[in-house]
Amino acid sequence: MNSNVAALNTLQTLVVIGNGMVGHHCVEQLIERGALGRYQLHVFSEEPVRAYDRVHLSEYFTGRDAESLALSDAALYQTPGVTLHLGVAVLEIDRARRQVLTAQGSVAYDTLVLATGSYPFVPDIDGAEGDSRLVYRTLEDLDAIRRAASHARRGVVVGGGLLGLEAANALKSLGLEAHVVEFAPRLMPVQLDELGGLALKSQIERLGVGVHLSRATQSISAGEQYRYRMNFANEQSLETDLIVFSAGIRAQDALARQCELQIGPRGGVVIDDQCLSSDPHIYAIGECASWNGSLFGLVAPGYQMARSVAAQLCDQDAEPFIGADMSTKLKLLGVDVGSIGDAHAHTPGARSYQFIDEASASYRRLVVDATGKQVLGAVLVGDNSYYDTLLQYAQNGIALPAEPASLILPSSSGAPTLGPGALPESAMVCSCHNVSKGAICSAIDGGCSDLAQLKTQTKACTGCGGCAGLLKQVFEHELIARGVSVDKSLCEHFAFTRQELYALVRVEGLHSFEELLARHGRGHTGCDVCKPAVGSILASCWNQPIMDASLVPLQDTNDTFMANMQKNGTYSVVPRIAGGEISAEKLIVIGQVAKKYQLYTKITGGQRIDLFGAQLHQLPQIWGELIEAGFETGHAYGKSTRTVKSCVGSTWCRYGVQDSVAMALLIEDRYKGLRAPHKLKFAVSGCTRECAEAQSKDVGVIATEKGWNLYLCGNGGMRPRHAELFATDLDDATLIRYIDRFLMFYIRTADKLQRTSVWRESLEGGLDYLKQVVIDDSLGLGEELEAQMQRVVNRYECEWANALKDPDKLKRFRTFVNDERADPSIHFVEERGQRRPIMATELNLIPVTEELA
Amino acid sequence: MNLSNSPRANARPALWQSVCSQHDLVRNSGVVVWLDGAQVALFYLPQAEGKTLYAIDNHDPQSGANVIGRGLVGSLKGELVVASPLYKQHFRLEDGCCLEYPQQRLRVWPVRLHDGLVQVGVANEH
Repeated sequence: MNSNVAALNTLQTLVVIGNGMVGHHCVEQLIERGALGRYQLHVFSEEPVRAYDRVHLSEYFTGRDAESLALSDAALYQTPGVTLHLGVAVLEIDRARRQVLTAQGSVAYDTLVLATGSYPFVPDIDGAEGDSRLVYRTLEDLDAIRRAASHARRGVVVGGGLLGLEAANALKSLGLEAHVVEFAPRLMPVQLDELGGLALKSQIERLGVGVHLSRATQSISAGEQYRYRMNFANEQSLETDLIVFSAGIRAQDALARQCELQIGPRGGVVIDDQCLSSDPHIYAIGECASWNGSLFGLVAPGYQMARSVAAQLCDQDAEPFIGADMSTKLKLLGVDVGSIGDAHAHTPGARSYQFIDEASASYRRLVVDATGKQVLGAVLVGDNSYYDTLLQYAQNGIALPAEPASLILPSSSGAPTLGPGALPESAMVCSCHNVSKGAICSAIDGGCSDLAQLKTQTKACTGCGGCAGLLKQVFEHELIARGVSVDKSLCEHFAFTRQELYALVRVEGLHSFEELLARHGRGHTGCDVCKPAVGSILASCWNQPIMDASLVPLQDTNDTFMANMQKNGTYSVVPRIAGGEISAEKLIVIGQVAKKYQLYTKITGGQRIDLFGAQLHQLPQIWGELIEAGFETGHAYGKSTRTVKSCVGSTWCRYGVQDSVAMALLIEDRYKGLRAPHKLKFAVSGCTRECAEAQSKDVGVIATEKGWNLYLCGNGGMRPRHAELFATDLDDATLIRYIDRFLMFYIRTADKLQRTSVWRESLEGGLDYLKQVVIDDSLGLGEELEAQMQRVVNRYECEWANALKDPDKLKRFRTFVNDERADPSIHFVEERGQRRPIMATELNLIPVTEELA
Repeated sequence: MNLSNSPRANARPALWQSVCSQHDLVRNSGVVVWLDGAQVALFYLPQAEGKTLYAIDNHDPQSGANVIGRGLVGSLKGELVVASPLYKQHFRLEDGCCLEYPQQRLRVWPVRLHDGLVQVGVANEH
């Protein structure tokens, strides 16, 4: 009997119903707190996709897809011990037997967490159906709105609250004329006072959104100009093609009602301070829970409940849930709106200061207590830059300045801002994840010395992200206060930055990892952080073949095998197609190779062809055939020059003013094989129409009548950045000289894995400084940088051609060193006429915890 | 029938089976051998202070692919580890434990160099 097996048998079953933001946060917290040591976790989600960011739902219409809105990597729910049942609704809870029933059967639980959230409230209105009864809550709802909008001109949102205005924004971004219909006499009646509502209305109307207040919709009938007509109580009407109801939410407590848990007066599962329902085995968290008669429709209180429950289930100290601060800071339709604490001055004796700017439709209200010493609340419309300071005053009871009004007056009047040093330890920096200034300080005292690590460790700023600025300020202030110099060590083996190691390698002429480690590092081995970083530095400096015996162990797997590993362990192969120019003969060879080895082929964004599905032992055969036909490696696997994209230019195009293909070939031939801190992409456009999209590249070149304009440090990918215009009307030689200097300066000074865009943003002195270094040669480095580049260029050799000549280097390209067979567990299926990897589900495999024999 | 991660299996294997030559190993890196249906990754660290040869399962539980032998070896806080090439989680070479996800655990085998041959310890039934 194995101890692991024994442990498995003693696991309890914990079921979480609902995979919205709060349910997901609970799962994350449970895993983080070690719950998988004691529970098997089953998560049921009615929706077919895993938890996504509902706060930023409207971005679904401006380019974000379901995957990018997802709150976690798919991997989280593949953690052994966690099973996510997507698209499986729980139909019934049997409390007596402690089981949940779904269409696919029942699951017994020891403990149950309800995180079923809420559903949109739609008032009973005659004629509301189909496109006149849309709601705004899930991705499916958004798909329905998008479908309805495709043949619509005008859209109406019923409800002028927070979600209603979000929905109006969504309609606007779909290109519709948007209107908001609100029952109350002002917008956002919960958060704003009358003047605040007026200011918001005025700002929103300026954006072209119609606002109709004090309107009760009685019925919906067929329209004349538009599809529907909304008939209001006062005999007025409004015509529209679609109607989205966003008139409030109701707790989704259907399951709780079915199993007869106690339900609150306004709906919702009644919970105590421990988030426990009337059944001691069932917790409820988030919008489906009713605490002290109140429901909480914001994400931060839901997260508080999720944390509390996760801590209790792991036998850790849990903070009881005792209500929540409902302060909010939002950008609605591009207008800043903030509401803090007692915004309506309901506290007896409360007094207000108000600031109104009708010209810009800005409004601010500060509510203070009867003694005039403490902030009770605030309303902000038009400018949220006051929010952080006011919130800190309100939450931490900081004494007001002598002239409280200065806190909401325009900043030119010299209002005192609250520096991070003035905040008490208890000050809440991140309210989504409940991170106080004190928690940040103790993380720093515990050795945390970089912002990314701080975020991972404390989770601060990983919720809505609104505290990013404050977090950075507090972090830097506290570091300086401790006299800490920021630790930029590469890893535990080198107490140097990448830049410092680069200088050591060059100055001391070191050619191997072992030499560098022996002289300047610790230990004998290194790790997967420092080895590839040093491998890259050695390649940038000396450009030796990366398959040399001493360099092989340094490379990340893709560099080691000079191909790109895919999810099933096979590789993709990308031969260089410089400038995207290729002859018919070479295309045929690629086709023949793909056919012979049954490779899946796809055209890349960089104007090349990617061949997928090669096993390790096939790589030398494939490359043998490609090199025979005149191809060379495309370095698609390296942190190195990738492609130079180009348009056809003046040779063919009636608009082209220079030969962009010839320039692309010149650039690609010069810099191919250059290894850098990160991958490098180039493009050359033959005229200002910019068909090669050069302004999204690290180095972009655009033809002019007189020569070339050079753009630097652009980036596509996850965080797009336009390249900046660096120099204009250059001749060929000057263009190449500038690029030489720029690239070598980047290689010399960038951090590990830092793209040029990020490097440029962190470069002190910015673009002007870069111009001084490259154009004016202010550091006197110009010739040295050029000479270094020339050495790398002179040393270029196709790595695959080099490896194929050396039987020793080919030794590694064996799936098994003692057997000729291929990996028998790699399977393909055919799709659209090509092979692709088989998916786990198609193998009828259910991922299970590895059982030990 | 236990030849997995228990320390006892490491201590006294029932049988040493030769799997490849020492020349098949790659210094400071990994190769994979086929062992009666199992895929065993061999990592050779000639400069290491203690053991210089490790045998660990080639199957990455996170991706489901057989890729561990192609991972990068390193040391973290004094322990030798291999990083999975796909999702970069680290496994201790000594006992196959995953540092990031304790639930993931790789099988390890006793292994030795003998007369220029690499030998893996297997249990009786093989």
